[in-house]
Amino acid sequence: MTSPNPPAAAKPSLAQRISGERIVLALAAPVLAILLSVAICSVLLATSGKNPFDAWNVMITFVSGSDHQVLILNRTTTYYLAAAAAAFGFRMNLFNIGVEGQYKVAALFAAFVGTQVDLPSFLQIPLLLITAMLVGGLYASIAGLLKVYRGVSEVISTIMLNSIATAIVGVLLVPGIFAPKVSGTSNSIQTSPVSESSHFFSFTTNGGQLWGFLVIAIAVGVIFQLTLTRTRFGFDLRATGRSETAATASGVNVKKMIVISMVVSGAIAGLIGLPELLQNSFYYGQTFQQNLGFLGISIALLGRNSPIGIAFAALLFAFLDAAGSVLPLPANGEFPFEIVDVMKGTIVICVVVAYELVRRYGLVRQQKRVGAQLAAQAAAATETKEVSA
Amino acid sequence: MRSTRTPGPRSVSPRFPPWPSERNDAPPDHQEIAITASDPVPLRKDGTPSAGTATAAVELRGITKRFPGVVANHDINLTVRTGTVHALMGENGAGKSTLMKILYGMQKPDEGTIAINGEQCEFNTPGDAIARGIGMVHQHFMLADNLTVLENVVLGGEKLYGIGARAKAKIKEISDQYGLGVRPDALVEDLGVADRQRVEILKVLYRGAKILILDEPTAVLVPQEVDALFDNLRELKSEGVTVIFISHKLHEVLAVADAISVIRRGTTVGDADPKAVTARQLAELMVGAELPSPESRESTVTETEMLTVEGLRIAKTDAEGIERVVLDDISLRIRKGEILGIAGVEGNGQAELVEAIMGMLPLDGGAVTLDGKDLSGTQTRARREAGIGYIPEDRHRHGLLLEAPLWENRILGHVTEEPNSKGILLDPTAARADTWRIVEEYDVRTPGIEVTAASLSGGNQQKLIIGREMSHQPKLLIAAHPTRGVDVGAQAQIWEHIRVAQRAGLAVLLISADLDELIGLSDTIRVIYRGRLVADADPATVTAEDLGTAMTGAASGHLESEPEAVEQFHETLVEGTEAAGDGPSDAAPSDANPSDTADDPKAGE
Repeated sequence: MTSPNPPAAAKPSLAQRISGERIVLALAAPVLAILLSVAICSVLLATSGKNPFDAWNVMITFVSGSDHQVLILNRTTTYYLAAAAAAFGFRMNLFNIGVEGQYKVAALFAAFVGTQVDLPSFLQIPLLLITAMLVGGLYASIAGLLKVYRGVSEVISTIMLNSIATAIVGVLLVPGIFAPKVSGTSNSIQTSPVSESSHFFSFTTNGGQLWGFLVIAIAVGVIFQLTLTRTRFGFDLRATGRSETAATASGVNVKKMIVISMVVSGAIAGLIGLPELLQNSFYYGQTFQQNLGFLGISIALLGRNSPIGIAFAALLFAFLDAAGSVLPLPANGEFPFEIVDVMKGTIVICVVVAYELVRRYGLVRQQKRVGAQLAAQAAAATETKEVSA
Repeated sequence: MRSTRTPGPRSVSPRFPPWPSERNDAPPDHQEIAITASDPVPLRKDGTPSAGTATAAVELRGITKRFPGVVANHDINLTVRTGTVHALMGENGAGKSTLMKILYGMQKPDEGTIAINGEQCEFNTPGDAIARGIGMVHQHFMLADNLTVLENVVLGGEKLYGIGARAKAKIKEISDQYGLGVRPDALVEDLGVADRQRVEILKVLYRGAKILILDEPTAVLVPQEVDALFDNLRELKSEGVTVIFISHKLHEVLAVADAISVIRRGTTVGDADPKAVTARQLAELMVGAELPSPESRESTVTETEMLTVEGLRIAKTDAEGIERVVLDDISLRIRKGEILGIAGVEGNGQAELVEAIMGMLPLDGGAVTLDGKDLSGTQTRARREAGIGYIPEDRHRHGLLLEAPLWENRILGHVTEEPNSKGILLDPTAARADTWRIVEEYDVRTPGIEVTAASLSGGNQQKLIIGREMSHQPKLLIAAHPTRGVDVGAQAQIWEHIRVAQRAGLAVLLISADLDELIGLSDTIRVIYRGRLVADADPATVTAEDLGTAMTGAASGHLESEPEAVEQFHETLVEGTEAAGDGPSDAAPSDANPSDTADDPKAGE
């Protein structure tokens, strides 16, 4: 029988595989979500008696300053790591809500090791990275093991582990344990500064110090992407995420995958606190940045759990936070800072809905197109045969 | 036109021609064997529902429902008389649930009409169906455990009789009227399964249902509870309620139904009168009885043992602490070049047997040996690498990543093997190239390999799976219902692929609900009943009737039908196969074949 399929020579090139339509479909959801969110916030601002266009103007002009650009990039670094940690679990339908707790505990231990050990930088920095990743991974493994052996939903256990993490920090971060016995000038309890050799390098630019941790974030993204698309492990991970039953039947040891993914997710989470710790504050204290874990979940959703997508999403959120912080200034018109939170919230809600709609639309559309193409082929084949007969 | 395609051992549809055309000219003498391809009402001579008596409670005409890639229902016709218990039978996946979802307004048919009490209706939501007096009791109960019976019943129906004394009185009234024995104040969590089911039935009656759909109501009940349920159904019937009862348990259907309709491969294949039909005849109608000619090929069975299963046992302890034995002392061996068919009514342990051999279920006892290598303690992946190919029963759940492109689906299950990976790295280029090879060799109809698996039809999805499993030199192929939900053309191709592999020395474990397939392909048949292999047979010397008897647990040991019966049986089969092989399936003249359907059951007697 003559095959209805094109001969081998007609194999599609890379360019054809990444069709225009796919890109449009992929971008449609986030772009729509952002536009919708801008519209909603504009209405909100207008009803509160402020001119929304002035607010957008303030935010957009904010980007033009090179110091602001550096600020945004530095924030992006942290946000990206937070999102990558969440996204890794999400890729196999593992909802690691515990990124928050994992990074806190990891940063605390990294800070402590940083104060106690003083090796040359080329040993000290890897030591701190490994400490943070190990602690984060171990902490996350609790949720993974609970799920595998006791059937506890990772959503519940990680949320609880977040509270436990706060308690752990409270217990350990007291004078005499992780904090120095004699407190310094500040009222806040904090660890001693990490040793000089723990300081991470940074790039000096016109706009100030650009954190060298950006390199680490990029490396995490590249490794994430390569692992997913180019390794057997990544294939198993994606297969499990798409259909756990099919993955099991195909020979994936789902239990093992759950524990490994949870640990990897936690290990990436362990890195989240390090840019702040090793580049900016150099100590871990009660004022250490909070809520990065939850922010990471939002960014991962917006970036569709893809290493490239979350880079853009992290950049957007970093921009919103940084530019939002100047909105309340009297010179800028005293816009409420909360408008940025509203915007982030509406973006995430809209994008989740939009992704689902676009996904279903794309699936149905492809089914129809395949049907039409096959029908056309069949019709053509019949015609040829009739002619020859 | 189709000459280049492998001729199929048989084709189904021509032997069961479209209903309406045939209904009018079905000769009355069909009634004497109790199964007709036409109508349950004995005295009806034409298509209009019995003039003179009450109009039919439900009348479905020409219902067709397509899902992307599959036709779930094709030209279904069903007439249910008022005040009867009408059983709807068919194997899992035959299309019963889809049909009932259409009747209950959960899905809209693509074609066809629904008439309730003689009036044409269109249902957009279950609400519309409820308004027409249709109620459905789902297989899985939808009750809130921590609420009382009263609260569960009024939930969502608060407007009917309020939520207080009036509602309670109404519940008592319904309960007494139909003898349900429901206590309104009991907490649902304190009730047993049978009581919960009665609450579900009451819930539906409370909303004014006069037509009750019960989706496999006996699946969860023990025999005594089944009897009690049947008493309830008779009570309902005597009060004028119409019951549509979905089941594939033959004896239960015979015990309670007033009329039976059988669905196979998405279409109604016949109606039967429970007073005159036997369980064997029903089984046959349900799973099909036309056979490809098994004796036309030479045996390829060798002496080398490929798969040995010894004393396999799986027992699950349920919530009440009662041990349910799923598989009990299963031992079988398959030699190189042998196809071992497992016959059985669905749910008797077939799925568990497959999963046990695949390493997806933990064993409580026994051993699995492949080609001399003990696989008992190994994981699924190791077993696949050792040479087990697997065509799963439910390809959407176990065989494919529906939203992934075809080439990723080609990798699924063989990610550790060439050409899909080198070391720990994937090799997408090689995998893509090999996917094209499978697409061409196995005639997968697709415009490309970047489309998602979900966009292919069921038959093409299945061909892709078979191509994939055959591409790694399997020693054993487990084929569970390999042609289920697959169109006739693809079916023939799939059978041919299995035979070719068999000739090349593959051992095959074939699970099927389709007796045609089993008798046509297998070298040996074993019958599974309640988790035990109870009987064995040689496909050349057994009739579908005798197999059917063993499947219901009524026969065991070595089955051997009387030679004349077998001969007669196969003669009809050959005729049938020839008649069916003439033209494209649905173009066959409808009046040429109906008698075949009616004759088959007689042939074996």
